[in-house]
Amino acid sequence: MSKILLIAEHDGATLNPSTAKCVACAAQISGAEIDVAVFAEEGAAVAAQAAELQSVSKVLQLDNPANANALAATLAPQVSALADGYSHVFGPSTTFGKDLMPRVAALLGVNQISDIMEVLGSHKFKRPIYAGNAIVTVEASPDLPVVATVRTASYQAIEAGNSAAVEAASPDADLPTHTRFLEIQAGKSDRPDLQTAAKVVSGGRALASAENFDLIFKLADALGAGAGASRAAVDAGYVPNEMQVGQTGKIIAPELYIAIGISGAIQHLTGIKDAGTIVAINKDEEAPIFEVADIGLVGDLFDIVPQLTEAVSSQ
Amino acid sequence: MEKILVGLKRVVDYNVRVRVKSDGSGVETDGVKMSINPFDEIALEEALRIKERGEASEVVVVSVGGSEAQQQLRTGLAMGADRAILVVTESELDPLTGARVLMELVDREQPGLVLLGKQAIDNDNNQTGQMLAALWGRPQATFASEVVLNGDTAKVTREVDVGLESIDIDLPAVITADLRLNEPRYVKLPDIMKAKKKPLDEIQFAEMGVESAVPVANLQFEPPQQRAKGIMVDDVAGLVSALKDKGLL
Repeated sequence: MSKILLIAEHDGATLNPSTAKCVACAAQISGAEIDVAVFAEEGAAVAAQAAELQSVSKVLQLDNPANANALAATLAPQVSALADGYSHVFGPSTTFGKDLMPRVAALLGVNQISDIMEVLGSHKFKRPIYAGNAIVTVEASPDLPVVATVRTASYQAIEAGNSAAVEAASPDADLPTHTRFLEIQAGKSDRPDLQTAAKVVSGGRALASAENFDLIFKLADALGAGAGASRAAVDAGYVPNEMQVGQTGKIIAPELYIAIGISGAIQHLTGIKDAGTIVAINKDEEAPIFEVADIGLVGDLFDIVPQLTEAVSSQ
Repeated sequence: MEKILVGLKRVVDYNVRVRVKSDGSGVETDGVKMSINPFDEIALEEALRIKERGEASEVVVVSVGGSEAQQQLRTGLAMGADRAILVVTESELDPLTGARVLMELVDREQPGLVLLGKQAIDNDNNQTGQMLAALWGRPQATFASEVVLNGDTAKVTREVDVGLESIDIDLPAVITADLRLNEPRYVKLPDIMKAKKKPLDEIQFAEMGVESAVPVANLQFEPPQQRAKGIMVDDVAGLVSALKDKGLL
């Protein structure tokens, strides 16, 4: 039987939605027993949120001042010690999980399965490669622990309503002091989080300046949407890196994605291919974004976007 | 520091639209343009800038693969690396075995810093740097967008989902490069000529004494599901009505 250790992502106070998506993936493995590990300075509040998730058997609360910030070098030895007796160790394919899980895998002496998008069996999965231009079915050895990250855009968050037991735990691990957290500069935004927003409006290089991105923000606000950007817009300095959508930015799956002035490089398309409806607004009718768009409109974004914002506001 | 080690992987070029072979045994790579993995090129550029600032004295580029990977190492030498090492193997190595090869090279070369790309754009695994750091028992700074060296330590800014995180790490360490760390230089013709005279050593993987890890088996490849063909609308009114039809407004 599969026994899965799942590493929770959180900011010290709130469980990140990526965790509930990971649980949804883990629950696809039939008969799996799922334990969620919360590494924090004081993780009671986060552990309580994890205990509410359906399919979770128990929550392990690992309080330690060294866990105040998620540093892979500090967490990996603890996860690796805790992993004894588990058949699987899962984490989200977010920057948190991508940083941590390969370090855990190496300590356990196994390769990692990156970006699980479909579960075919306890050791058989599908994952995307080449920016999503190919899907590969992979199989891990049944004799070794499976360490994996979950492509969160492929899963709906599992529902709450559970009340799993929370247990304190303290794995026996030597923690290094060679890696020290300094600070985090988080973008301040009242808009919905890109990775969980039902609607997302993104702008590209055609916006041509940071000021013009106001057009994107106004439309996003009228729709109650999150705001994103293409790599080109981030590279040009119009908006900060946390807004980047694509192969090396965020992979998202909103119900509605509106791409404005984005040509649609394959690296961008891989970040949005699971969106419910894709709308493209671009003046170049040959732009590759129209190949994946459900609704396309050719024209000048500087005319169209204000009109669209007004039309949406008046609904 | 004396030395920086940089990993360069030979991959299908960034601009190629990759196709799955009809028998599902892999992706088509015959006759396809190959390049240095773009993130590795950024890692190399960073190493060269560190050396040019006088903070390192040698940049060594390493690759693991068939003899054709010499091309990418020569490009690295033309960019400005001092010498190159190719670990020769005809079989594709899994990330953990690749990390073990790098660990063996770290033991032999004793670098003060290892710079790698955050991921290779072929298998999109994003594992090797973190695994090397684990095997080495040293710090890792993944997804780096800024690196500032301060003697025995480095301050690294990392691109994370919520924004930018800064960490302070002791050296030696592994740093993996993200897109905005720098913009790699173009190679000039005289540098390509000069690169031909720089040392490129080959080491047979089988002779390194590195134990192969158990790979994750690739059973079958398939193309992604295509989205259904969409509609074009003429104006904002058409767009609004199409969105209403789908219940999105």
